Amino acid sequence: MGFREIGIQFFQKKEISVSLILMATILTFYSIQPKFLSPTNIEVLLKITPELGIVALGVTILMIGGELDLSVGSVFGFAPLIMAVMLQSGINTWIAFMFTLILCLGIGTAQGIVTVKTGIPSFITTLGGMLIWRGLALVVTGGHPMYFTPSKDFAMVLTGKLYPFVYSQLLIFLALVVLLHFLLERHKFGNWVYAVGGKRDAAEAMGINVARVKVILFALCSLLAGLGGIIQSTRMSQAMPNQGDGLEFDAIAAAVIGGTSLFGGVGTVIGTVLGEFLSRIIENGLIIIRAPSYYFRLYIGIVIIVAVIGNLYIQRRALKLRVRE
Amino acid sequence: MSTPLVEMVNIHKWFGSVHALKGVDFFVNHGEIVGLVGDNGAGKSTLIKILSGLYPPDEGKIFFEGKEVKFRSPKDAIKLGIETVYQDQMIIPYLNVYRNIFLGRELEKRLGPLKVLDVKGMKEKSWKLFHELGLDITSLDVPVQALSGGQRQGVVIARAMYFKTKLLILDEPTNNLSIKEARKVLDMVLGLKKAGISCIFITHNLHHVYPAADRIVILNRGKKIADFRKDQITIDQIEEMIISG
Repeated sequence: MGFREIGIQFFQKKEISVSLILMATILTFYSIQPKFLSPTNIEVLLKITPELGIVALGVTILMIGGELDLSVGSVFGFAPLIMAVMLQSGINTWIAFMFTLILCLGIGTAQGIVTVKTGIPSFITTLGGMLIWRGLALVVTGGHPMYFTPSKDFAMVLTGKLYPFVYSQLLIFLALVVLLHFLLERHKFGNWVYAVGGKRDAAEAMGINVARVKVILFALCSLLAGLGGIIQSTRMSQAMPNQGDGLEFDAIAAAVIGGTSLFGGVGTVIGTVLGEFLSRIIENGLIIIRAPSYYFRLYIGIVIIVAVIGNLYIQRRALKLRVRE
Repeated sequence: MSTPLVEMVNIHKWFGSVHALKGVDFFVNHGEIVGLVGDNGAGKSTLIKILSGLYPPDEGKIFFEGKEVKFRSPKDAIKLGIETVYQDQMIIPYLNVYRNIFLGRELEKRLGPLKVLDVKGMKEKSWKLFHELGLDITSLDVPVQALSGGQRQGVVIARAMYFKTKLLILDEPTNNLSIKEARKVLDMVLGLKKAGISCIFITHNLHHVYPAADRIVILNRGKKIADFRKDQITIDQIEEMIISG
Protein backbone atom coordinates (compact mmCIF):
# COMPACT_ATOMS: atom_id res chain seq x y z
CA MET A 1 0.00 0.00 0.00
CA GLY A 2 1.42 3.33 -1.05
CA PHE A 3 1.40 6.75 0.51
CA ARG A 4 -1.50 7.78 -1.68
CA GLU A 5 -3.77 4.99 -0.44
CA ILE A 6 -2.90 5.67 3.18
CA GLY A 7 -3.72 9.32 2.52
CA ILE A 8 -7.09 8.42 1.02
CA GLN A 9 -7.94 6.14 3.88
CA PHE A 10 -6.94 8.76 6.41
CA PHE A 11 -9.04 11.46 4.79
CA GLN A 12 -11.94 9.08 4.33
CA LYS A 13 -12.20 8.90 8.10
CA LYS A 14 -15.08 11.24 8.66
CA GLU A 15 -14.32 11.42 12.37
CA ILE A 16 -11.29 13.68 11.87
CA SER A 17 -13.24 16.90 11.67
CA VAL A 18 -15.27 16.21 14.81
CA SER A 19 -12.21 14.98 16.70
CA LEU A 20 -10.40 18.24 16.05
CA ILE A 21 -13.40 20.33 17.09
CA LEU A 22 -13.84 18.17 20.19
CA MET A 23 -10.23 18.68 21.27
CA ALA A 24 -10.37 22.43 20.60
CA THR A 25 -13.60 22.72 22.60
CA ILE A 26 -12.23 20.82 25.59
CA LEU A 27 -9.08 22.97 25.60
CA THR A 28 -11.09 26.18 25.33
CA PHE A 29 -13.36 25.37 28.28
CA TYR A 30 -10.41 24.12 30.30
CA SER A 31 -8.41 27.30 29.72
CA ILE A 32 -11.36 29.46 30.79
CA GLN A 33 -12.30 27.33 33.79
CA PRO A 34 -9.97 24.49 34.91
CA LYS A 35 -12.84 23.01 36.95
CA PHE A 36 -14.19 21.83 33.62
CA LEU A 37 -11.83 18.85 33.76
CA SER A 38 -12.34 18.19 37.48
CA PRO A 39 -13.22 14.58 38.38
CA THR A 40 -16.69 15.65 39.51
CA ASN A 41 -17.49 17.28 36.22
CA ILE A 42 -16.09 14.43 34.13
CA GLU A 43 -18.28 12.09 36.12
CA VAL A 44 -21.33 14.25 35.39
CA LEU A 45 -20.56 14.10 31.67
CA LEU A 46 -20.15 10.34 31.72
CA LYS A 47 -23.44 10.04 33.56
CA ILE A 48 -25.68 12.18 31.35
CA THR A 49 -24.25 11.51 27.90
CA PRO A 50 -25.20 7.81 27.48
CA GLU A 51 -29.01 8.14 27.63
CA LEU A 52 -29.02 10.68 24.80
CA GLY A 53 -26.14 8.96 23.00
CA ILE A 54 -28.09 5.70 22.79
CA VAL A 55 -30.81 7.54 20.86
CA ALA A 56 -28.25 9.10 18.51
CA LEU A 57 -26.83 5.63 17.73
CA GLY A 58 -30.19 4.45 16.43
CA VAL A 59 -30.67 7.63 14.44
CA THR A 60 -27.20 7.19 12.94
CA ILE A 61 -27.66 3.70 11.53
CA LEU A 62 -31.09 4.66 10.21
CA MET A 63 -29.54 7.68 8.49
CA ILE A 64 -26.81 5.51 6.99
CA GLY A 65 -29.65 3.40 5.62
CA GLY A 66 -31.01 6.54 3.96
CA GLU A 67 -33.92 7.44 6.25
CA LEU A 68 -34.66 9.98 8.99
CA ASP A 69 -36.56 9.49 12.23
CA LEU A 70 -38.08 12.62 13.76
CA SER A 71 -40.13 10.60 16.26
CA VAL A 72 -37.25 9.53 18.55
CA GLY A 73 -37.79 12.43 20.98
CA SER A 74 -41.46 11.55 21.36
CA VAL A 75 -40.75 7.82 21.78
CA PHE A 76 -38.11 8.82 24.36
CA GLY A 77 -40.94 10.44 26.33
CA PHE A 78 -43.75 8.01 25.48
CA ALA A 79 -41.99 4.74 26.39
CA PRO A 80 -41.19 5.57 30.05
CA LEU A 81 -44.73 6.91 30.53
CA ILE A 82 -46.23 3.62 29.39
CA MET A 83 -43.81 1.81 31.69
CA ALA A 84 -44.72 4.18 34.55
CA VAL A 85 -48.41 3.43 34.09
CA MET A 86 -47.67 -0.30 34.21
CA LEU A 87 -45.47 0.10 37.31
CA GLN A 88 -48.24 2.00 39.09
CA SER A 89 -50.69 -0.78 38.36
CA GLY A 90 -48.31 -3.14 40.17
CA ILE A 91 -46.79 -5.04 37.25
CA ASN A 92 -43.30 -6.48 37.79
CA THR A 93 -40.61 -4.02 36.66
CA TRP A 94 -38.85 -6.40 34.30
CA ILE A 95 -42.07 -7.52 32.64
CA ALA A 96 -43.12 -3.88 32.22
CA PHE A 97 -39.67 -3.13 30.78
CA MET A 98 -39.82 -5.97 28.26
CA PHE A 99 -43.36 -5.04 27.26
CA THR A 100 -42.35 -1.42 26.73
CA LEU A 101 -39.37 -2.37 24.58
CA ILE A 102 -41.57 -4.63 22.45
CA LEU A 103 -44.00 -1.73 22.10
CA CYS A 104 -41.12 0.47 20.88
CA LEU A 105 -40.14 -2.18 18.33
CA GLY A 106 -43.77 -2.15 17.19
CA ILE A 107 -43.78 1.64 16.85
CA GLY A 108 -40.61 1.57 14.73
CA THR A 109 -41.84 -1.33 12.63
CA ALA A 110 -45.13 0.44 11.96
CA GLN A 111 -43.39 3.66 10.94
CA GLY A 112 -41.01 1.69 8.76
CA ILE A 113 -43.72 -0.30 7.02
CA VAL A 114 -45.78 2.82 6.32
CA THR A 115 -42.67 4.47 4.87
CA VAL A 116 -41.56 1.65 2.57
CA LYS A 117 -45.05 0.52 1.52
CA THR A 118 -46.39 3.94 0.60
CA GLY A 119 -43.11 5.35 -0.63
CA ILE A 120 -43.64 8.64 1.18
CA PRO A 121 -40.50 10.24 2.71
CA SER A 122 -39.63 9.07 6.21
CA PHE A 123 -39.41 12.74 7.14
CA ILE A 124 -43.21 12.83 6.78
CA THR A 125 -44.08 9.49 8.41
CA THR A 126 -41.89 10.15 11.43
CA LEU A 127 -43.02 13.78 11.66
CA GLY A 128 -46.49 12.28 12.00
CA GLY A 129 -45.12 9.78 14.51
CA MET A 130 -43.48 12.57 16.48
CA LEU A 131 -46.84 14.32 16.92
CA ILE A 132 -48.80 11.10 17.53
CA TRP A 133 -46.59 9.69 20.31
CA ARG A 134 -46.16 13.08 21.96
CA GLY A 135 -49.89 13.63 21.71
CA LEU A 136 -50.61 10.23 23.24
CA ALA A 137 -48.15 10.97 26.04
CA LEU A 138 -50.08 14.13 26.85
CA VAL A 139 -53.40 12.28 26.67
CA VAL A 140 -52.18 9.51 29.02
CA THR A 141 -50.86 11.92 31.66
CA GLY A 142 -53.07 14.93 31.18
CA GLY A 143 -49.78 16.83 30.91
CA HIS A 144 -48.57 15.98 34.43
CA PRO A 145 -45.30 14.22 35.30
CA MET A 146 -45.59 10.70 36.72
CA TYR A 147 -43.53 8.96 39.37
CA PHE A 148 -41.25 6.34 37.89
CA THR A 149 -40.60 3.71 40.55
CA PRO A 150 -38.89 0.61 39.19
CA SER A 151 -37.52 -2.12 41.45
CA LYS A 152 -34.09 -1.50 43.04
CA ASP A 153 -32.33 -4.23 41.06
CA PHE A 154 -33.67 -2.75 37.81
CA ALA A 155 -32.45 0.74 38.77
CA MET A 156 -29.06 -0.73 39.62
CA VAL A 157 -28.77 -2.56 36.30
CA LEU A 158 -29.75 0.51 34.28
CA THR A 159 -28.29 3.45 36.19
CA GLY A 160 -26.28 2.12 39.14
CA LYS A 161 -22.90 3.57 40.03
CA LEU A 162 -20.50 0.65 39.80
CA TYR A 163 -17.13 2.37 40.31
CA PRO A 164 -16.05 5.98 40.38
CA PHE A 165 -16.81 7.38 36.89
CA VAL A 166 -18.49 4.15 35.83
CA TYR A 167 -22.27 4.08 35.69
CA SER A 168 -24.33 1.21 34.33
CA GLN A 169 -25.75 3.40 31.59
CA LEU A 170 -22.23 4.18 30.38
CA LEU A 171 -21.48 0.46 30.07
CA ILE A 172 -24.79 -0.14 28.27
CA PHE A 173 -23.95 2.71 25.89
CA LEU A 174 -20.44 1.39 25.21
CA ALA A 175 -21.77 -2.14 24.70
CA LEU A 176 -24.24 -0.82 22.13
CA VAL A 177 -21.47 1.17 20.43
CA VAL A 178 -19.34 -1.97 20.09
CA LEU A 179 -22.32 -4.06 18.96
CA LEU A 180 -23.51 -1.61 16.30
CA HIS A 181 -19.98 -0.89 15.09
CA PHE A 182 -19.51 -4.63 14.70
CA LEU A 183 -22.85 -4.92 12.92
CA LEU A 184 -21.91 -2.23 10.40
CA GLU A 185 -18.33 -3.28 9.80
CA ARG A 186 -18.21 -7.01 10.29
CA HIS A 187 -21.64 -8.33 9.45
CA LYS A 188 -23.34 -8.63 6.09
CA PHE A 189 -26.32 -6.69 7.40
CA GLY A 190 -24.03 -3.67 7.79
CA ASN A 191 -22.95 -4.05 4.19
CA TRP A 192 -26.60 -4.00 3.14
CA VAL A 193 -27.31 -0.91 5.28
CA TYR A 194 -24.56 1.07 3.54
CA ALA A 195 -25.66 -0.23 0.14
CA VAL A 196 -29.35 0.54 0.68
CA GLY A 197 -28.57 4.06 1.85
CA GLY A 198 -25.81 4.64 -0.70
CA LYS A 199 -27.59 3.58 -3.88
CA ARG A 200 -30.95 1.97 -3.46
CA ASP A 201 -31.40 0.80 -7.06
CA ALA A 202 -28.04 -0.94 -7.20
CA ALA A 203 -28.69 -2.63 -3.85
CA GLU A 204 -32.03 -3.87 -5.13
CA ALA A 205 -30.45 -5.09 -8.35
CA MET A 206 -27.93 -7.08 -6.29
CA GLY A 207 -30.82 -8.90 -4.65
CA ILE A 208 -30.93 -7.09 -1.32
CA ASN A 209 -34.37 -6.81 0.27
CA VAL A 210 -34.33 -3.02 0.65
CA ALA A 211 -37.71 -2.77 2.39
CA ARG A 212 -36.79 -5.35 5.02
CA VAL A 213 -33.45 -3.69 5.80
CA LYS A 214 -35.17 -0.33 6.25
CA VAL A 215 -37.97 -1.65 8.46
CA ILE A 216 -35.42 -3.37 10.72
CA LEU A 217 -33.52 -0.06 11.02
CA PHE A 218 -36.69 1.85 11.91
CA ALA A 219 -37.53 -0.74 14.57
CA LEU A 220 -34.02 -0.59 16.02
CA CYS A 221 -34.11 3.21 16.07
CA SER A 222 -37.39 3.33 18.04
CA LEU A 223 -36.15 0.59 20.38
CA LEU A 224 -33.04 2.58 21.26
CA ALA A 225 -35.06 5.79 21.67
CA GLY A 226 -37.35 4.02 24.15
CA LEU A 227 -34.40 2.51 26.02
CA GLY A 228 -32.76 5.95 26.32
CA GLY A 229 -35.98 7.41 27.69
CA ILE A 230 -36.37 4.62 30.25
CA ILE A 231 -32.78 5.14 31.44
CA GLN A 232 -33.40 8.86 31.88
CA SER A 233 -36.65 8.26 33.78
CA THR A 234 -34.97 5.69 36.01
CA ARG A 235 -32.20 8.17 36.78
CA MET A 236 -34.65 10.97 37.59
CA SER A 237 -37.37 8.74 39.14
CA GLN A 238 -40.03 10.42 37.04
CA ALA A 239 -41.52 10.27 33.58
CA MET A 240 -42.49 13.57 32.05
CA PRO A 241 -44.81 13.99 29.08
CA ASN A 242 -42.45 16.53 27.49
CA GLN A 243 -39.37 14.36 28.10
CA GLY A 244 -37.08 14.28 25.07
CA ASP A 245 -38.66 17.34 23.47
CA GLY A 246 -36.39 18.42 20.62
CA LEU A 247 -34.16 15.39 21.09
CA GLU A 248 -34.68 14.29 17.45
CA PHE A 249 -32.73 17.31 16.28
CA ASP A 250 -30.00 16.86 18.89
CA ALA A 251 -29.59 13.26 17.75
CA ILE A 252 -29.49 14.14 14.06
CA ALA A 253 -27.03 16.94 14.91
CA ALA A 254 -24.74 14.50 16.77
CA ALA A 255 -24.80 12.12 13.80
CA VAL A 256 -24.16 14.83 11.23
CA ILE A 257 -21.39 16.43 13.30
CA GLY A 258 -19.81 12.97 13.49
CA GLY A 259 -19.75 12.64 9.71
CA THR A 260 -23.00 10.82 8.91
CA SER A 261 -24.56 11.94 5.65
CA LEU A 262 -28.10 13.28 5.61
CA PHE A 263 -28.53 11.49 2.29
CA GLY A 264 -27.51 8.03 3.47
CA GLY A 265 -24.72 5.60 2.68
CA VAL A 266 -22.08 7.32 4.77
CA GLY A 267 -21.43 7.43 8.50
CA THR A 268 -19.96 5.65 11.49
CA VAL A 269 -21.03 4.84 15.01
CA ILE A 270 -17.76 6.20 16.41
CA GLY A 271 -18.33 9.55 14.72
CA THR A 272 -21.72 9.84 16.41
CA VAL A 273 -20.23 9.01 19.81
CA LEU A 274 -17.78 11.88 19.34
CA GLY A 275 -20.56 14.15 18.05
CA GLU A 276 -22.75 13.33 21.04
CA PHE A 277 -19.93 13.97 23.51
CA LEU A 278 -19.22 17.25 21.75
CA SER A 279 -22.84 18.37 22.15
CA ARG A 280 -22.91 17.44 25.83
CA ILE A 281 -19.52 19.04 26.47
CA ILE A 282 -20.64 22.31 24.93
CA GLU A 283 -23.85 22.22 26.98
CA ASN A 284 -21.98 21.39 30.18
CA GLY A 285 -19.01 23.68 29.51
CA LEU A 286 -21.26 26.70 29.05
CA ILE A 287 -22.73 26.02 32.48
CA ILE A 288 -19.28 25.59 34.05
CA ILE A 289 -18.01 28.89 32.64
CA ARG A 290 -21.31 30.46 33.78
CA ALA A 291 -22.48 31.46 30.35
CA PRO A 292 -26.27 31.76 30.14
CA SER A 293 -27.67 28.36 29.11
CA TYR A 294 -29.44 30.01 26.19
CA TYR A 295 -26.14 29.94 24.35
CA PHE A 296 -26.25 26.16 23.97
CA ARG A 297 -28.34 25.93 20.79
CA LEU A 298 -26.48 28.84 19.27
CA TYR A 299 -23.12 27.10 19.66
CA ILE A 300 -24.41 23.72 18.51
CA GLY A 301 -25.75 25.45 15.42
CA ILE A 302 -22.34 26.89 14.67
CA VAL A 303 -20.62 23.56 15.35
CA ILE A 304 -22.92 21.67 12.96
CA ILE A 305 -22.08 24.01 10.13
CA VAL A 306 -18.34 24.11 10.87
CA ALA A 307 -18.12 20.31 11.25
CA VAL A 308 -19.96 19.59 8.01
CA ILE A 309 -17.88 22.13 6.09
CA GLY A 310 -14.80 20.49 7.65
CA ASN A 311 -15.96 17.06 6.46
CA LEU A 312 -16.61 18.35 2.98
CA TYR A 313 -13.20 19.99 2.79
CA ILE A 314 -11.50 16.80 3.93
CA GLN A 315 -13.47 14.78 1.38
CA ARG A 316 -12.34 17.10 -1.41
CA ARG A 317 -8.74 16.70 -0.30
CA ALA A 318 -9.23 12.93 -0.39
CA LEU A 319 -10.65 13.00 -3.91
CA LYS A 320 -7.60 14.95 -5.09
CA LEU A 321 -5.62 11.92 -4.00
CA ARG A 322 -7.64 9.68 -6.32
CA VAL A 323 -6.10 6.32 -7.06
CA ARG A 324 -4.39 6.49 -10.41
CA GLU A 325 -3.11 3.86 -12.77
CA MET B 1 -21.94 -25.80 -33.40
CA SER B 2 -23.95 -27.00 -30.38
CA THR B 3 -26.99 -25.15 -29.05
CA PRO B 4 -26.27 -21.49 -28.40
CA LEU B 5 -26.20 -20.24 -24.79
CA VAL B 6 -28.96 -17.85 -25.57
CA GLU B 7 -31.11 -17.47 -28.65
CA MET B 8 -33.73 -14.83 -29.41
CA VAL B 9 -36.04 -15.61 -32.31
CA ASN B 10 -38.13 -13.14 -34.30
CA ILE B 11 -38.34 -10.52 -31.55
CA HIS B 12 -40.81 -7.70 -32.07
CA LYS B 13 -41.38 -4.73 -29.81
CA TRP B 14 -43.69 -1.78 -30.20
CA PHE B 15 -43.70 1.36 -28.08
CA GLY B 16 -47.07 2.87 -28.93
CA SER B 17 -46.95 3.31 -32.68
CA VAL B 18 -43.16 3.02 -32.83
CA HIS B 19 -42.02 -0.37 -34.09
CA ALA B 20 -38.72 -0.52 -32.18
CA LEU B 21 -37.71 -4.09 -33.05
CA LYS B 22 -38.87 -5.62 -36.30
CA GLY B 23 -38.30 -9.35 -36.04
CA VAL B 24 -34.74 -9.57 -34.77
CA ASP B 25 -32.95 -12.92 -34.47
CA PHE B 26 -30.00 -12.89 -32.14
CA PHE B 27 -27.88 -15.53 -30.47
CA VAL B 28 -24.79 -15.86 -28.31
CA ASN B 29 -22.69 -19.02 -28.16
CA HIS B 30 -20.92 -20.39 -25.11
CA GLY B 31 -17.80 -18.40 -24.31
CA GLU B 32 -18.38 -15.98 -27.14
CA ILE B 33 -17.93 -12.23 -27.16
CA VAL B 34 -20.53 -10.55 -29.32
CA GLY B 35 -20.24 -6.90 -30.21
CA LEU B 36 -23.70 -5.40 -30.60
CA VAL B 37 -23.25 -2.29 -32.65
CA GLY B 38 -25.59 0.31 -34.05
CA ASP B 39 -26.35 3.98 -34.10
CA ASN B 40 -28.52 5.68 -31.49
CA GLY B 41 -32.11 4.45 -31.81
CA ALA B 42 -31.13 1.30 -33.68
CA GLY B 43 -32.79 -0.90 -31.05
CA LYS B 44 -29.69 -2.14 -29.20
CA SER B 45 -30.86 -1.24 -25.74
CA THR B 46 -34.42 -2.41 -26.36
CA LEU B 47 -33.12 -5.81 -27.40
CA ILE B 48 -30.91 -6.01 -24.33
CA LYS B 49 -33.66 -4.88 -21.99
CA ILE B 50 -35.79 -7.72 -23.30
CA LEU B 51 -32.95 -10.18 -22.76
CA SER B 52 -32.34 -8.95 -19.22
CA GLY B 53 -36.02 -9.23 -18.28
CA LEU B 54 -36.83 -5.54 -18.10
CA TYR B 55 -39.39 -5.60 -20.95
CA PRO B 56 -41.37 -8.54 -22.30
CA PRO B 57 -41.20 -8.95 -26.10
CA ASP B 58 -44.48 -8.35 -27.96
CA GLU B 59 -43.69 -11.22 -30.27
CA GLY B 60 -40.95 -13.80 -30.47
CA LYS B 61 -39.28 -16.33 -28.24
CA ILE B 62 -36.19 -16.52 -26.05
CA PHE B 63 -34.29 -19.76 -25.53
CA PHE B 64 -31.65 -20.21 -22.84
CA GLU B 65 -29.46 -23.28 -23.16
CA GLY B 66 -32.04 -24.72 -25.55
CA LYS B 67 -35.05 -24.24 -23.32
CA GLU B 68 -37.67 -21.57 -23.87
CA VAL B 69 -37.74 -18.98 -21.08
CA LYS B 70 -40.08 -16.13 -20.15
CA PHE B 71 -38.72 -13.41 -17.88
CA ARG B 72 -41.15 -11.57 -15.63
CA SER B 73 -38.44 -9.40 -14.06
CA PRO B 74 -34.66 -8.91 -14.13
CA LYS B 75 -34.48 -11.30 -11.16
CA ASP B 76 -35.54 -14.22 -13.37
CA ALA B 77 -32.74 -13.41 -15.79
CA ILE B 78 -30.15 -13.07 -13.02
CA LYS B 79 -31.19 -16.45 -11.61
CA LEU B 80 -30.30 -18.04 -14.93
CA GLY B 81 -26.93 -16.27 -14.91
CA ILE B 82 -27.64 -13.32 -17.18
CA GLU B 83 -26.31 -10.14 -15.61
CA THR B 84 -26.60 -6.74 -17.18
CA VAL B 85 -24.42 -3.80 -16.31
CA TYR B 86 -25.68 -0.37 -17.24
CA GLN B 87 -22.50 1.66 -16.99
CA ASP B 88 -21.69 1.86 -13.27
CA GLN B 89 -25.19 1.58 -11.94
CA MET B 90 -24.45 -1.66 -10.13
CA ILE B 91 -21.90 -0.14 -7.80
CA ILE B 92 -22.33 1.55 -4.43
CA PRO B 93 -20.02 4.59 -4.60
CA TYR B 94 -19.12 4.83 -0.91
CA LEU B 95 -18.56 1.13 -0.28
CA ASN B 96 -15.05 -0.15 -0.67
CA VAL B 97 -13.92 -2.50 -3.40
CA TYR B 98 -14.32 -5.93 -1.86
CA ARG B 99 -17.60 -5.01 -0.17
CA ASN B 100 -18.96 -4.06 -3.58
CA ILE B 101 -17.81 -7.26 -5.26
CA PHE B 102 -19.46 -9.46 -2.65
CA LEU B 103 -22.51 -7.25 -2.03
CA GLY B 104 -25.58 -9.38 -1.37
CA ARG B 105 -23.50 -12.58 -1.52
CA GLU B 106 -21.01 -11.87 1.25
CA LEU B 107 -18.56 -14.53 2.36
CA GLU B 108 -18.98 -15.39 6.00
CA LYS B 109 -17.13 -17.32 8.63
CA ARG B 110 -18.09 -18.58 12.05
CA LEU B 111 -17.03 -16.72 15.17
CA GLY B 112 -18.39 -18.75 18.04
CA PRO B 113 -22.16 -18.73 17.62
CA LEU B 114 -22.03 -15.79 15.23
CA LYS B 115 -21.63 -15.56 11.49
CA VAL B 116 -19.34 -12.69 10.62
CA LEU B 117 -17.95 -11.28 7.40
CA ASP B 118 -14.91 -13.16 6.19
CA VAL B 119 -12.98 -10.01 5.36
CA LYS B 120 -9.71 -11.82 4.82
CA GLY B 121 -11.31 -14.33 2.47
CA MET B 122 -13.09 -11.66 0.46
CA LYS B 123 -9.88 -9.64 0.14
CA GLU B 124 -7.83 -12.64 -0.95
CA LYS B 125 -10.40 -13.64 -3.56
CA SER B 126 -10.61 -10.06 -4.81
CA TRP B 127 -6.83 -9.87 -5.26
CA LYS B 128 -6.89 -13.16 -7.12
CA LEU B 129 -9.65 -11.97 -9.45
CA PHE B 130 -7.87 -8.70 -10.17
CA HIS B 131 -4.69 -10.59 -10.84
CA GLU B 132 -6.47 -12.86 -13.33
CA LEU B 133 -8.07 -9.86 -14.99
CA GLY B 134 -4.80 -7.95 -15.08
CA LEU B 135 -6.52 -5.15 -13.19
CA ASP B 136 -4.27 -2.74 -11.38
CA ILE B 137 -5.88 -1.75 -8.09
CA THR B 138 -3.53 -0.87 -5.27
CA SER B 139 -5.91 -0.98 -2.32
CA LEU B 140 -9.18 -2.79 -1.64
CA ASP B 141 -10.12 -0.47 1.21
CA VAL B 142 -10.76 2.67 -0.81
CA PRO B 143 -14.36 3.51 -1.69
CA VAL B 144 -15.19 2.64 -5.26
CA GLN B 145 -15.88 6.29 -6.08
CA ALA B 146 -12.16 6.96 -5.72
CA LEU B 147 -11.41 4.55 -8.60
CA SER B 148 -11.18 5.43 -12.27
CA GLY B 149 -13.99 4.49 -14.69
CA GLY B 150 -12.06 1.52 -16.06
CA GLN B 151 -11.30 0.21 -12.61
CA ARG B 152 -14.98 0.46 -11.70
CA GLN B 153 -15.84 -1.65 -14.75
CA GLY B 154 -13.19 -4.04 -13.50
CA VAL B 155 -14.98 -4.38 -10.18
CA VAL B 156 -18.20 -5.35 -11.96
CA ILE B 157 -16.41 -7.77 -14.25
CA ALA B 158 -14.63 -9.35 -11.30
CA ARG B 159 -17.99 -9.86 -9.66
CA ALA B 160 -19.39 -11.60 -12.74
CA MET B 161 -16.32 -13.79 -12.87
CA TYR B 162 -16.47 -14.83 -9.24
CA PHE B 163 -20.17 -15.61 -9.23
CA LYS B 164 -19.98 -17.66 -12.41
CA THR B 165 -22.31 -15.54 -14.45
CA LYS B 166 -23.00 -17.27 -17.77
CA LEU B 167 -23.72 -14.19 -19.81
CA LEU B 168 -22.55 -10.69 -18.95
CA ILE B 169 -24.19 -7.84 -20.84
CA LEU B 170 -22.11 -4.68 -20.79
CA ASP B 171 -23.97 -1.57 -21.93
CA GLU B 172 -21.55 1.02 -23.31
CA PRO B 173 -18.78 -0.03 -20.90
CA THR B 174 -16.18 2.09 -22.63
CA ASN B 175 -18.16 5.33 -22.63
CA ASN B 176 -16.27 8.19 -21.02
CA LEU B 177 -13.09 6.12 -20.73
CA SER B 178 -9.68 7.08 -21.98
CA ILE B 179 -8.30 5.00 -24.84
CA LYS B 180 -5.90 3.27 -22.49
CA GLU B 181 -8.68 2.41 -20.07
CA ALA B 182 -11.05 1.23 -22.79
CA ARG B 183 -8.27 -1.10 -23.88
CA LYS B 184 -8.06 -2.43 -20.31
CA VAL B 185 -11.77 -3.17 -20.26
CA LEU B 186 -11.41 -5.13 -23.49
CA ASP B 187 -8.56 -7.13 -21.97
CA MET B 188 -10.78 -7.94 -19.01
CA VAL B 189 -13.59 -9.06 -21.29
CA LEU B 190 -11.11 -11.41 -22.94
CA GLY B 191 -10.30 -12.67 -19.45
CA LEU B 192 -14.00 -13.44 -18.96
CA LYS B 193 -14.00 -15.44 -22.15
CA LYS B 194 -11.11 -17.51 -20.86
CA ALA B 195 -13.22 -18.23 -17.78
CA GLY B 196 -16.01 -19.46 -20.09
CA ILE B 197 -18.30 -16.47 -19.65
CA SER B 198 -20.10 -15.15 -22.70
CA CYS B 199 -20.36 -11.45 -23.16
CA ILE B 200 -22.50 -9.03 -25.11
CA PHE B 201 -20.67 -5.78 -25.58
CA ILE B 202 -22.94 -2.94 -26.61
CA THR B 203 -21.43 0.14 -28.14
CA HIS B 204 -21.93 2.69 -30.86
CA ASN B 205 -18.18 2.86 -31.31
CA LEU B 206 -17.11 -0.06 -33.43
CA HIS B 207 -13.43 0.51 -32.70
CA HIS B 208 -14.05 -0.12 -29.03
CA VAL B 209 -15.30 -3.64 -29.55
CA TYR B 210 -13.63 -4.85 -32.73
CA PRO B 211 -10.35 -6.00 -31.14
CA ALA B 212 -12.08 -8.27 -28.60
CA ALA B 213 -15.23 -9.49 -30.35
CA ASP B 214 -15.65 -12.91 -31.95
CA ARG B 215 -18.72 -11.78 -33.80
CA ILE B 216 -20.24 -8.43 -34.67
CA VAL B 217 -23.99 -7.90 -34.93
CA ILE B 218 -25.27 -4.67 -36.39
CA LEU B 219 -28.73 -3.30 -35.81
CA ASN B 220 -30.27 -0.51 -37.76
CA ARG B 221 -33.73 0.96 -37.29
CA GLY B 222 -35.00 -2.12 -35.47
CA LYS B 223 -33.60 -4.65 -37.89
CA LYS B 224 -30.52 -6.81 -37.88
CA ILE B 225 -28.57 -5.82 -40.96
CA ALA B 226 -25.39 -7.80 -40.38
CA ASP B 227 -24.12 -10.72 -38.33
CA PHE B 228 -20.55 -11.68 -39.10
CA ARG B 229 -17.74 -13.58 -37.53
CA LYS B 230 -14.87 -11.18 -37.26
CA ASP B 231 -12.69 -13.16 -39.66
CA GLN B 232 -15.30 -12.73 -42.40
CA ILE B 233 -15.36 -8.96 -42.46
CA THR B 234 -13.08 -5.98 -42.05
CA ILE B 235 -13.72 -3.00 -39.87
CA ASP B 236 -14.05 -0.73 -42.90
CA GLN B 237 -16.75 -2.91 -44.40
CA ILE B 238 -18.71 -2.84 -41.13
CA GLU B 239 -18.47 0.92 -40.94
CA GLU B 240 -19.71 1.19 -44.48
CA MET B 241 -22.73 -0.93 -43.54
CA ILE B 242 -23.60 1.18 -40.50
CA ILE B 243 -23.45 4.36 -42.51
CA SER B 244 -25.34 3.09 -45.56
CA GLY B 245 -27.87 1.24 -43.33
